[in-house]
Amino acid sequence: MRPEWTDFVGGKWEHDINVRDFIQRNYHPYDGDESFLADATQDTKDLWDMVLDLQKKEREAGGVLDMDTRVVSNIVSHGPGYLDKSKEKIVGFQTDKPFKRSLQPYGGIRMAEKACSDNGYEVAPEVSEFFSVHRKTHNAGCFDAYNEEMRECRSSHIITGLPDAYGRGRIIGDYRRVALYGIDRLIEDKLAQKDSTGRVMTDDVIRLREELSEQIVALKQMKQMAASYGCDISQPSTNTQEAIQALYFGYLAAVKEQNGAAMSLGRTSTFLDIYAERDLANGTFTEEQIQEFVDHFIMKLRLIKFARTPEYNQIFAGDPVWVTESLAGVGVDGRHMVTKTSFRYLHTLTNLGPSPEPNLTVLWSVNLPINWKKYCAKMSIQTSSIQYENDDLMRTDHGDDYGIACCVSSMVIGKEMQFFGARANLAKCLLYALNGGIDEVTKKQIGPKYRKVEGDVLDFDDVMDKFTDMIEWQADVYVNTLNIIHYMHDKYCYERAEMALHDKNVKRYFATGIAGLSIVADSLSAIKYATVKPIRDEDGIIVDFETTGDFPKYGNDDDRVDMLAQKVVSTFMTAVRRHHTYRQGVPTTSILTITSNVTYGKATGNTPDGRKKGEPFAPGANPMHGRDTHGAIASLSSVSKLPFVDAQDGISNTFTIIPGALGKENQVFSGDIEIDLSQI
Amino acid sequence: MKGRIHSLESFGTVDGPGVRYVIFLQGCPLRCAYCHNPDTWEFSEGKLMEPDYLIEQYERNIDFYRNGGITVTGGEPLCQMDFLIELFTLAKEKNIHTCIDTSGIAFDPDSKEFKKKLKTLLALTDLVMLDIKHINGQKHKELTGRSNKNILKFARYLNKKKVPTWIRHVVVPGITDNPEALRALGYFIGGLSNLQALDLLPYHVMGVKKYEELGMEYRLKDVPAMDKEKLRELKLHVLKGIKIRRNEMKEYHNVVSD
Repeated sequence: MRPEWTDFVGGKWEHDINVRDFIQRNYHPYDGDESFLADATQDTKDLWDMVLDLQKKEREAGGVLDMDTRVVSNIVSHGPGYLDKSKEKIVGFQTDKPFKRSLQPYGGIRMAEKACSDNGYEVAPEVSEFFSVHRKTHNAGCFDAYNEEMRECRSSHIITGLPDAYGRGRIIGDYRRVALYGIDRLIEDKLAQKDSTGRVMTDDVIRLREELSEQIVALKQMKQMAASYGCDISQPSTNTQEAIQALYFGYLAAVKEQNGAAMSLGRTSTFLDIYAERDLANGTFTEEQIQEFVDHFIMKLRLIKFARTPEYNQIFAGDPVWVTESLAGVGVDGRHMVTKTSFRYLHTLTNLGPSPEPNLTVLWSVNLPINWKKYCAKMSIQTSSIQYENDDLMRTDHGDDYGIACCVSSMVIGKEMQFFGARANLAKCLLYALNGGIDEVTKKQIGPKYRKVEGDVLDFDDVMDKFTDMIEWQADVYVNTLNIIHYMHDKYCYERAEMALHDKNVKRYFATGIAGLSIVADSLSAIKYATVKPIRDEDGIIVDFETTGDFPKYGNDDDRVDMLAQKVVSTFMTAVRRHHTYRQGVPTTSILTITSNVTYGKATGNTPDGRKKGEPFAPGANPMHGRDTHGAIASLSSVSKLPFVDAQDGISNTFTIIPGALGKENQVFSGDIEIDLSQI
Repeated sequence: MKGRIHSLESFGTVDGPGVRYVIFLQGCPLRCAYCHNPDTWEFSEGKLMEPDYLIEQYERNIDFYRNGGITVTGGEPLCQMDFLIELFTLAKEKNIHTCIDTSGIAFDPDSKEFKKKLKTLLALTDLVMLDIKHINGQKHKELTGRSNKNILKFARYLNKKKVPTWIRHVVVPGITDNPEALRALGYFIGGLSNLQALDLLPYHVMGVKKYEELGMEYRLKDVPAMDKEKLRELKLHVLKGIKIRRNEMKEYHNVVSD
C-alpha cells in the first residue's frame, strides 16, 4: 500500500478509481451529539471579518467589486490570490484576488460583454473581436442550428430559461479523486482510457478521444495551478488539510472555466472525515485545527463568484452558484453515513454565520441517528440555511454515493452527469391548446395551427384532448432544441475539468423541466368541476376566463385535482420519452422552478384557475399561493402524490413557516408543571 | 351526524401534544375582544361534514401524527356535543389521541341531559385544554360578554372526573397581565389535581387583518402584542399562585391526617 494510505483499509479502491469503495471500507458512522465541535479560531475570525468588509464594499459598489475584462479565465490563467496568506489554511481564488469576477466568454461573448457593461466594465475590444470573429462560442453555435420554430418558441417563452447563452452547469466532478489518488494517477488512468477507445473512427469515438485529451490537459493544469499556490497535488494527500486543499483545487479548476447554472460540490464530508479520524488518532491535528480547515474551506466556497447580467439574476432570483454539498444519507448496507465532519460542515453556520452558499443539503432518512436529526433541526431553526432531500427515495435509484447538483438533481458522483434543460411552460401550453397554437400575449401563431376550442363553456374532455396534443408538440420542439444546445455546449464550452473527474463511460441524464404545474392542475380542475367561460378578444383569441362555482384546488390532499396534476406530469414525460436525445441521454424531468416562477409568470396570460396575466407561478411543485387552505401536511401530501418515476430529476416544494407555528417555546409553555414549580 | 365545520388544519403543532389534525368547529357563544377567529362565531355558517370523512382525512396522513392526534377547537366545540361523541367514538376505535380545546362556556351544570352527554364525551377524550379568559368574573364579562361562573365550575367538574387538563390563558397587555389576577388564576388552578400543563399564550395582533376583511370593528385596536420576554416573567406569578394553593392544601391535608 502507498505510504499516504497507511492505516486505511485497502480494497478495490487501491487498484481502480473507486472513491465509494474507499469510503465504505473506511468511514466511521458517528452517533454522538455536537458537543465535540470547536469554535472558530482567531485566524478564522480575522479572515471572516475581512470577507465581511469586502462584502460591504461590494454592496456599496453596486454588487460587483472588480471584474476581469481582458484575461480570459482558464485553470491557469491567474496567479495565486489571497485574503491574508499567513492566516489562510485552505487557499485558492478564481482570479488573482478575492471578489474579482472572471471573464468566461466560451458560453457566449455577448453575455460576457453584457455582464461587464451592466456592471460598469467593458470587455477589451481584442477579446470581443476574438470571440466574435476567430473563435465561435456555444451561444453562436446554437443560433446557427436553431430553426425558425425554435427561435419563436424561445422568444414567446413557451420554452424558457434555456442554457443557450450561459453555462449549463449541473455537472459534478468527483473532486475527492484529486485528494485520494493525486493527479498523476488520474492522468495515467485517463491515458489508459484513451488507449481503450474503439479503432473505428466514428463520430462518437473521435469526440471521445478529443474529450479525453482535453481532460488530460485539464488535469495537468490543475497540478500547475496548485503549484502556483505552493501545493503539490500530483500524489495522494497525506492528511486532512492536504485532502481538503486538493479537493478544493479540483473544484476551483471547474469554476475557473465554467460559469454554470449550478456548480455543485458533491458529497465530500464523509470522505474527508476518514482523513480527520486518522489525523485525530495519530495526533497529527486537533479538533480545533480540523474545524479550522473546514471553516476555511467553506469560506472559500462562499466566495465563488461569477460575472452575470441583471437578466440572469432575474431568472435565478439573485446570483446563485449552487455550491451544493450533500450530507449524511444512509448506505446501502444500512449504516448511516453521518460522521463528525458532517457536523463540522453544519457547524460552519455557527462559526461563520448563516449563508445560502454552499447549499448544505441533508440527505434525510428516517434511519439517521437521532442526535444528528436534532442538530439539523436546531441549526435549521437558528440559521434557515439547510436544505433537506429524501434519501430513502433517491437511494433506490442512485445508491449511496450520489450527490445533488443545483437544488434537486441527483446523480452518482463521477459516474453520472446531467444535461441541464431549463423548462417547458406548461401553463402557456394549455393556453396554446385552447387557442390553436396562437400565443395569448403576442397574438402570433407560434404553435401548430390545431383546431381551437369552440363554444361558450370549456369542456373538460375536449380541453384535455387538445392539451395532450399540444404537449406532444411542445415536447418535440423542446427536446430538439435541447439536442442542439447540448451538442454545441460539448463542442464549444466543454467541461473538461469536471469531466476529467468522471469515469470514461458516464450515464448522461437528459433533463427537461416543467413550469406552472399547479396552475395547470387548478385550471383543469376548474374546467372539470366548475363552469369556465372563455372570453375572446375581437380576433377570437381567448384572453380571459369567467369561472363560476367552486372547484378542488391542488394542495389540499384532494385526489380529484391531485390526480390531474399527476396525469399532466406523466403525459409530459411520455411525450418527452418519444424523442431522440443527444448522446443517448436518459430523459428525466424536474418540477423545480425555485426562483424563476416570477419571470415565467410575467410572460403568461390569464389562466382558467383565476390567475391573472403576469402574476407569478408557484415555485416548483408548490400549490398556488394561498390556495392550500388545509395546512402544511395536506399541502405536502398533494405534492408527494406526484410520480417520482416521471420526474426523476426532482420535485421541489418551497416551504415557509413562521417559527411559532412549529411548536411551543419552552419558556412560555409549562409542559411539565411539577418541574417548573420546583424551580420557584 | 354532520358537524358544522369552519376549517381544517392538517399540521397543528400548538394545539395539544405532537403534530395534530385540528378541526375548527363553527359557532361560539363568546365574543372575546381579542378573538383572532371572528369568522367562527356565527352558528349558521361553516360547512357540514361527516365524522367518517374527517377520520378518513386524518388516516390518509397518519404517518405525520404518530405522536399527535385530533384536536377539536373552534368556535366552541362543546356546542356540538352529539357530533363530537360520534367523531371521538370513531377516533377511539382507531386508537387516535383526542383533545378538546374549549372555553367551557357551554357547560350547563343544571342540565342533566348536558351532563349525561358530557360524561359520554369525556370518556372518549384524552385531553381537555380549557381556556380561562379571565379569573375575575366582572373582567371576564367585559372581555367576553359572558360570566366565567360556569367555566370555573367546568374546571372543577373536570377535576372531579379526573380528566387530564391543560389550562390555557391568553395574556393581553393591560387586560389580563395584571400580576394579582395572574396569581389568582394560579391559585384557582392550583386546586386542580388533574392539571397537566399550563399554556400561557402571548396576545398577538395577527387577527386584526381578519376584522378588516370582515368589515368588523376590532376592540383592541391600540393594544400592542405581548412581549414574550415579559410573558416569561408573568408566568412566574401564575406558578406562584399554584404553589401557594398547593401548600395550603398540603397543610390542610396534614392537619386532617394528624
